[in-house]
Amino acid sequence: MQALSLRGLHKIYPNGVEALKGLDLDVAEGDFFALLGPNGAGKTTAIGIITSLVTKTGGTVTVFGHDLDRELQAAKACIGLVPQELNLNQFEKVLSIVVNQAGYYGLGRAVAMERAERYLSELQLWDRRDDIARNLSGGMKRRLMIARALVHEPKLLILDEPTAGVDIEIRRSMWEFLKKINDEGTSIILTTHYLEEAESLCRNVAIIDHGRIIENDRMSRVLRKLQLETFVLSLDQELAEAPQLDGYAVRLREPGLLEVDVEATQDINDLFEVLSASGLKVVSMRNKANRLEELFLRLVEAGESRT
Amino acid sequence: MSGMSAAEQATALWTLVRKEYHRILRIWVQTLVPPAITMTLYFIIFGNLIGSRIGEMGGFSYMQYIAPGLIMMSVITNSYGNVVSSFFGAKFGRHIEEMLVSPMPDWLIIAGHVAGGVMRGLCVGALVTIVALFFTDLDVKHPLITVSVVLLTAIVFSLGGFLNAVFAKKFDDISIVPTFILTPLTYLGGVFYSISLLPDFWERVSMANPILYMVNAFRYGILGVSDIGLGKAYLIIITFVVALFWFALVLMKRGTGIRD
Repeated sequence: MQALSLRGLHKIYPNGVEALKGLDLDVAEGDFFALLGPNGAGKTTAIGIITSLVTKTGGTVTVFGHDLDRELQAAKACIGLVPQELNLNQFEKVLSIVVNQAGYYGLGRAVAMERAERYLSELQLWDRRDDIARNLSGGMKRRLMIARALVHEPKLLILDEPTAGVDIEIRRSMWEFLKKINDEGTSIILTTHYLEEAESLCRNVAIIDHGRIIENDRMSRVLRKLQLETFVLSLDQELAEAPQLDGYAVRLREPGLLEVDVEATQDINDLFEVLSASGLKVVSMRNKANRLEELFLRLVEAGESRT
Repeated sequence: MSGMSAAEQATALWTLVRKEYHRILRIWVQTLVPPAITMTLYFIIFGNLIGSRIGEMGGFSYMQYIAPGLIMMSVITNSYGNVVSSFFGAKFGRHIEEMLVSPMPDWLIIAGHVAGGVMRGLCVGALVTIVALFFTDLDVKHPLITVSVVLLTAIVFSLGGFLNAVFAKKFDDISIVPTFILTPLTYLGGVFYSISLLPDFWERVSMANPILYMVNAFRYGILGVSDIGLGKAYLIIITFVVALFWFALVLMKRGTGIRD
């Protein structure tokens, strides 16, 4: 069964802005799905429609077989939302926020308390349960929104930039947590500007731009479409200018730091042979940019040049 | 999977009521104390100092006559004020989304907030009644009428507050209606005087004020006197309850003021 199915989703705002231009998308049950796109591409509008915070102009939304127009309550019960903007009651206690949310889904107080303890503990917030939300740090507020979204144990969790502004350590722990709940069966849709996040977590990806899907495939296949990778090589010596390496584009970033473009058809072993032949010894090596980021920028730029 | 069961809806409604109850108590300095102080001043100034020179009205001392009106005035303003600030606050802080993404039906979200408004209206009404008892005796003539009228009136104004919050876009918008409509209508709604004192023209004009019927029906419940017929008062109050609830439902379904 599809966790989510969008057909011809259309949204025109009252000010005339056409945010979605007939979006078609399927997310399979159990998937960890990345929905990517530049600012203003239509991601948040699409999520708003799916979670019924935004009214659609046209098209259909089906969540685990429940049509949003005909079975709204059943569809809503399947979804948990972690929105992009903080939307916590700043004056309410952490525990109350999670327990009340459970109540809105019809869960009795005993179950609500048990689940609140479980999710707040898993997200390292149980010790702060009696604090009011306003007193939490930014990262804690984000984790609180995740606990709140999970308390009714939704089949589909939608996270709209959940790690924005969160430090790397907490971000990594959130990734681990999300991987765990996905492994346990929760389908997840993630939007993020940290493309490394999408690359490491998601199995499938759709890229949306100007209200349309411009790429939708398995993450591995999408990444294979990238024909060029740039490596940064740290050398054991300092150079005055970029060396000439046969078949490779080379730039000198710093006296001991080279940037080398390697095409998909080229072998990386050959690069090292060329480097050795030129008397250059590599101390360390890393990707210049995240591969998905590279591809993302190319697709969006290609889209812009077409429009 | 279908929608929420009746038991789940009851749990959700109780959650909303409980949340509102905690909100009222959390900010009791804003919600409960000011109306009690204001009404004490009304009793001292209008009831005691000025009222002693006015003499009787409708066969009762002026203090006794205005006590039901002042109780009703506090119920009206606090029922309205609770819902408008709570629901607009949720809109402004965006935590209204907690409710909107949940499977709670629209009627339940309205009912939960109205219950909160009624709760605060009745709490303040009870406090003002206690204050009134320091100044005069109140011998309730018709308890059932008293309770039913105050309850229905609290529902009407809680719904009014809900509608105001739905349309409000900024904090100014939630004070315009209470300042420019609610307060004048309440003052001109027979709280401080019997409309029989007015010239014919203004008496007829006063009959168009719905608050007049609520105040007088409540006064009838407590003192047994009223400027208007009880049946007409109930009809008007119940009509308002039904019409405002229906309008709130329509707005929620459309997403007016709450969905993009």
